[in-house]
Amino acid sequence: MDVSELRRLFPALERKIYGHDLIYFDNAATSQRPRQVIDEWNRITVMCNANIHRAVHLMSEEATAAYEDARESVRAFLNAESREEIVFTSGVTASVNLVAFSFGEAFITEGDEVIVAESEHHSDIVPWQMMCARKGAVLKVLPVDDSGRLMTEKLETLITDRTKILAVAHISNVLGIVNPVKDIVRICHDRGVAVLVDGAQGVVHAKVDVQDMGCDFYAFSGHKIYAAPGTGVLYGKRKLLDRMPPYMGGGEMVGTVRFSGTTYAPLPLKFEAGTQNFAGAATLKPALELASELVSDIKICSALDEARDFLMDDLMSDGRIRLYGVPENRADKIPLFSFAVDGVHHEDLALVLDKMGVAVRSGQMCAEPLMDRYGVTGMVRASLAPYNTLAEAEAFVKCLKKAVNMLS
Amino acid sequence: MEKSLSEVENEVVDEFSMFDEWLDKYEYLISLGKSLGDYPEDKRTEDRLIKGCQSRVWLDYKIEDGKVVFNADSDAIITKGIISLLIKIYSGRRPDEIIASDFSVVDRIGLKENLSPTRANGLVSMIAKIKEVAAENL
Repeated sequence: MDVSELRRLFPALERKIYGHDLIYFDNAATSQRPRQVIDEWNRITVMCNANIHRAVHLMSEEATAAYEDARESVRAFLNAESREEIVFTSGVTASVNLVAFSFGEAFITEGDEVIVAESEHHSDIVPWQMMCARKGAVLKVLPVDDSGRLMTEKLETLITDRTKILAVAHISNVLGIVNPVKDIVRICHDRGVAVLVDGAQGVVHAKVDVQDMGCDFYAFSGHKIYAAPGTGVLYGKRKLLDRMPPYMGGGEMVGTVRFSGTTYAPLPLKFEAGTQNFAGAATLKPALELASELVSDIKICSALDEARDFLMDDLMSDGRIRLYGVPENRADKIPLFSFAVDGVHHEDLALVLDKMGVAVRSGQMCAEPLMDRYGVTGMVRASLAPYNTLAEAEAFVKCLKKAVNMLS
Repeated sequence: MEKSLSEVENEVVDEFSMFDEWLDKYEYLISLGKSLGDYPEDKRTEDRLIKGCQSRVWLDYKIEDGKVVFNADSDAIITKGIISLLIKIYSGRRPDEIIASDFSVVDRIGLKENLSPTRANGLVSMIAKIKEVAAENL
């Protein structure tokens, strides 16, 4: 597939913004949606609107089939061993909260330790803080260095006999660097520590194989990978999920309910209380089919690498721009660039770029500890998806220079 | 004779409408911000900080001949431009004149719709602060 063919699948990319062609560089926040996803959402919502798993009528059967087909698509996409290991949630935030609660209930006692990376998104920090407060556990931090590299060499000393779980992003949403998760898992498992990987950015830009990676939990959100918003996934190893109590009660998560006591449904339904977002979840199937195609399409990947290299070179050659997340090896960088400009407020810059038709993110990017680490109040982030082009990257750079000149 | 507050408001609306493009309007706001008088470092205090803005905005004032004279600063230049625009209109006015204004000038120049939601909230906070200062000094 070439990029122009791909772009035609995404109606939103044709928009004009204040009379300019849209340059959508806020993909790390949410991606645009292709026609096949919009069509599937429409099909379920309009023609198969019936509650799943419960009724015997045809519409319910069709809705259930779409929902369970999507689960199989997710299983195949992550190369999980079984569909029981795939839990639908509303997104990474819900997935991490589920693990923090249920893993915490099952395995954490007072004085135990949890490790999170300094570069984590708030969604992979706050649930752990809440769990630690509840269980009397201690939260420890795996630092990043000035270049944005995770200082995994510190793991050996950071992990103690009391460490139970470590949470780390596959790819940081600020730094855009692919973390060595497989190595981290190996180190942790050697010491009996479970690992949760936040794959919100990872699923979009890397091939994910949870069995090869070896992680115990892997979480991602649908809306960042072309599917409907409010959809998400938690992969968990069966032996752990089986031992963890449910996070929420009610709906399809039960076996039998008596006032004398309730038994729970088998995996994965044990963790899917209440009516699920079945119309949204069904869109994961076409979304992930496209995502798998794109991540192994040589033409698409090399075009995106070209745009990444151009932006990297250009942003690094401008003395006014401080780029955060510069790995030694360029192949470890996804086309995601967070930067600050000397003397220019990040919000001003995003505001002026918007008026030029360029959508970027500004602020703390839900990673305040990392902002503190680099001593900034916020950054501007340009994040590309496979449907973005080198021509857009070139136009973005021109707009950026113009905006910086205007504001400094 | 001194211009009335509503005359000044109309002038600002006219001035703003001269620019067709929003980028030009921003340029104008930026130059307004730059033309604002120096803001002393020691007045960048917590009590002068306007709550509800993503970027930091400080508003200071003094009373001269029964009129409120405002000065302000911000770490973001467009925000500084916006507060400068308000100062251009409301500084040097009697508290009762400020209280009597409906601040519709802000809607008439279409500023709110063209700001990010966080900035629009900030603008509401700036107006509230100006009104509060006027009410305290009636």
